[in-house]
Amino acid sequence: MATETAANNNKSVLWDWLTTVDHKKLAVLYLIAGALFFIKAGAMAIFMRIQLMSAENTFLSGQTFNEFITMHGTIMLFLAVTPLIFAFMNFAVPLQIGARDVAFPFVNALGFWIFFFGGLLVSLSWFFGGAPDAGWTAYVPLSSGEYADLGLDFYVLGLQISGLGTLISAINFIVTIINMRAPGMTMMRMPLFCWTGLVTSILIVFAFTPLAAGLALLMLDRIFGGQFFMPDAGGNPVLWQHIFWIFGHPEVYILVLPAFGIISEVVPAFSRKRLFGYTAMVFATLIIAFLSFMVWVHHMFTVGIGPITNSVFAIATMAIGVPTGIKIFNWLFTMWGGKITFNTAMLCASSFVPTFVLGGVTGVMLAMVPVDYLYHDTYFVVAHFHYIVVGGIALGLLAGTYYWYPKMFGHKLNEKLGQLMFWLFYIGFHLTFFIQHILGLIGMPRRVFTYLEGQGMETMNLVSSIGAFMMGAGVVVLLINIVYSAFTSERITVRDPWDARTLEWSTTTPVPEYNFAQTPQVRSLDPWFYEKVHGEGLMKPAEPMDDIHMPNGSILPLTIGLGLFVWGFGMIMLEMANPIITPWIVIGTGVIITFGSMLLHSIHEDHGYHIPLDKIKKIEKEVG
Amino acid sequence: MKGRIGLWRFLPLTALFFLLAGCGEDRLTALDPYGPQAQWILDNMILSLYVMALVIIVVFTLFFIAVVKFRRRPGDDEIPKQVEGSKVLEITWTVIPVILLAILAVPTIWGTYYMAEEAPEAAGSSGGEQENAEGEEGEDSGEEPENAEEAEEEGALVIDVTGHQFWWQFDYPDGFSAGNEVYIPTNQKVWFDLSASDVIHSFWVPALGGKIDTIPGVDNSMWLEANEPGVYKGKCAELCGPSHALMDFKVIAMEPEEYEAWEESMTGQEASGEGESSEEEAAEEEQSSGNEGSEEGDTAASEGRQVFEDQGCIGCHAVEGQGTGQGPTLSNFADREKIANVLDVNNENLEGWIRNPDDFKQGNNMPASPDMSDEDMDAIIEFLNSLSAEEDMNQ
Repeated sequence: MATETAANNNKSVLWDWLTTVDHKKLAVLYLIAGALFFIKAGAMAIFMRIQLMSAENTFLSGQTFNEFITMHGTIMLFLAVTPLIFAFMNFAVPLQIGARDVAFPFVNALGFWIFFFGGLLVSLSWFFGGAPDAGWTAYVPLSSGEYADLGLDFYVLGLQISGLGTLISAINFIVTIINMRAPGMTMMRMPLFCWTGLVTSILIVFAFTPLAAGLALLMLDRIFGGQFFMPDAGGNPVLWQHIFWIFGHPEVYILVLPAFGIISEVVPAFSRKRLFGYTAMVFATLIIAFLSFMVWVHHMFTVGIGPITNSVFAIATMAIGVPTGIKIFNWLFTMWGGKITFNTAMLCASSFVPTFVLGGVTGVMLAMVPVDYLYHDTYFVVAHFHYIVVGGIALGLLAGTYYWYPKMFGHKLNEKLGQLMFWLFYIGFHLTFFIQHILGLIGMPRRVFTYLEGQGMETMNLVSSIGAFMMGAGVVVLLINIVYSAFTSERITVRDPWDARTLEWSTTTPVPEYNFAQTPQVRSLDPWFYEKVHGEGLMKPAEPMDDIHMPNGSILPLTIGLGLFVWGFGMIMLEMANPIITPWIVIGTGVIITFGSMLLHSIHEDHGYHIPLDKIKKIEKEVG
Repeated sequence: MKGRIGLWRFLPLTALFFLLAGCGEDRLTALDPYGPQAQWILDNMILSLYVMALVIIVVFTLFFIAVVKFRRRPGDDEIPKQVEGSKVLEITWTVIPVILLAILAVPTIWGTYYMAEEAPEAAGSSGGEQENAEGEEGEDSGEEPENAEEAEEEGALVIDVTGHQFWWQFDYPDGFSAGNEVYIPTNQKVWFDLSASDVIHSFWVPALGGKIDTIPGVDNSMWLEANEPGVYKGKCAELCGPSHALMDFKVIAMEPEEYEAWEESMTGQEASGEGESSEEEAAEEEQSSGNEGSEEGDTAASEGRQVFEDQGCIGCHAVEGQGTGQGPTLSNFADREKIANVLDVNNENLEGWIRNPDDFKQGNNMPASPDMSDEDMDAIIEFLNSLSAEEDMNQ
């Protein structure tokens, strides 16, 4: 049996990160990848707002603008928010349920690398004749071979690959949360973030599969002359919209539920009070998840499906308002009667509540079909969903960043810079998006690269752009904060810098490789808080101290992802006018890399290694 | 008394709307409706805002009280009471939203059917339009040939709309067509049967009503009604390519008598271009036989008309009223409010557009003619400026 030395014999830091299967390190990788994509898509948004600052501006052409809106949406949803959600799920979920890692550490790494290479493939489109330009929804026929260039091939194959990674990670989390909970951690004692993580993962399994099918059909249409969506050959362009939104609507909840989860962690922690109506919160989450598959047609009210269908989906859509309302009031009553500390994390988390309500009420307004005939595809909708994704998801992610940062990196982020960031971002956000409701009502359709003079849209667009610059400034302050804090912030030696409630704060900081020297015994909801108040201030162990079995790192997840990347690129080369090499050679190479790596993983026996008891004792003593 | 106070509190919201109505451009903004459909939409939007204002006021009040009252003071280490929850409260904030949503659901469903109203039977069969899939009842009357005038008297004008990258084609039941500017009579419901030739577009006139997508291979239908004569701005609301933002159109509403005169003028133009039995054939004929085909007609070709044919413009742009589907018909070009819906009407802009359309509408399908001689250009411009239905009407 391999010993500890096998794992740690002088491998470089880079190699360590490329081969890691540790959920905490993968969380950091997700965080970095997600942040890079976020900055990229955010910069595009700034460029778009510069273009729209004045009427008939010529800063960007219509074509470039369309590429920007498409990439902004695609990146934000698939390649920025999704990995950021996974970053926090990777970091917090195993710690919160008292596990040493996820169920399949190798698969966890595989999910990350496939996602990453898929994202890379989408991004490559800029260097091969332009990015996709049919909107993130890629409605056919605009996204078909007749009307869209190579960019859409990158969209189709890149998202197919990155979606596969997301799917793999989701399955891993379902297994982890169901099987890996510490003794005493019943389902109804799980922190709400784990609940939302579980539900999100289930949603991914059911939502990303139709997406994969839809993308495969579109790929067949584009590259192999299929006719699924082409009206001239008897195909149906509306079919794509159904497939896309059966994925697309749950996708919103896939992203927002973990944000709800983060809020449900941060608000109780800084109100020093347990989550109000925990059971109601869990069931509200489940109901939202169920209903999220019942409402996709509200994205298609103006397609002309008929009044019966539209009415049914309108009612279903309104119904989602009820469980969401339950959540809002439970957060409010968690703060009610508490002792609230307003640091950056809590500012983000608490301001989420009223902001999300504003996005929620416009959601109900949008559900009124005949009135939606006015709102649909206008800036009103743009404003609505940015209230959800920025005012909801982004604020949740920011709260999560400030909240878990000390546990992840061993120091807090600077509080002054944090609050500066918050106010810049929050005020900028409302400036940018509130006014867009009105822009929509006075006749500005969404996805327009310009508007004519004299339509009364100049001032409001200028205000919106100024707001966007403020948000941009807020993000820059966050980045400065990260660098500044890395050099100046005090190292944290205590377990629990926030006086928080859940299990992740019972581990030493920084969290050792094995998370818990002894698996904790959970006796209550908010187990760490319970032990601090009712117990001896430390978690009771559920097992004697012993050697800890750990998985070895592996480069194979990376090579499997790389193989898929090469394969995808080869598929796109089929559509290129003059490929340098025969595309089938590239496709073959990719397939060989991927399946070769899989084969290698299957025949190579890897039993992992053990961390010996005395070393664990040494580590535990050092950190106290 | 209480009721009055309550209403008074909501007044600012309504007042706000009148204020906002001033923001947008008249006859574009949906906040200042000019037709029953747009009015219905605005009324119900305000209704929903009242309901939502209630929710927002409750949440914001609770929120601000909570963040002010329950702040942790420095040095306060007391652990607050750990409240598990409250069944009564949970039920309260489940039931009240359900009631509020039920209030909104009623007009939602009523309005959905109100807006989905089909054109009266007779209209669907005149002019040979395709019936909407749901309007099968129209078939009975379809056997009797009914002329369009009769249909119009019944108050059902049905206009075929086709969305193209990046212009709109409007085919009238009388057989003529119009490009980018659709004329309708006031104070009656006008139906639109909508489809698209290339990608998906969406037909939207904010001041008159809602929108509906035009989808290739799918026939949609909607109605609009304008209360007042005037020019209402319409927009494409579905991303359709690089010049999506410039795919505007106008709805020109006229008093019914005036509209009839206009219709007659357009029909007259169409009659002058005889020998064209259908739109497709017209296009093919023009393209294959060049100018000969139309010389047979009685158009004593002016110089500009000749150039218009020689340069091949006529291959896409019909000037006798019928559309070819390739490009907007120019039968009433001189009446246009804008050139290609983006440029102000003057000869310089027109020349610029003809020489290089891509400069103004990226990705449009009109070929550039940068090398056309100045004489030809002048002739074409003069010819185009002479094409007016409104002038004929007034004569």
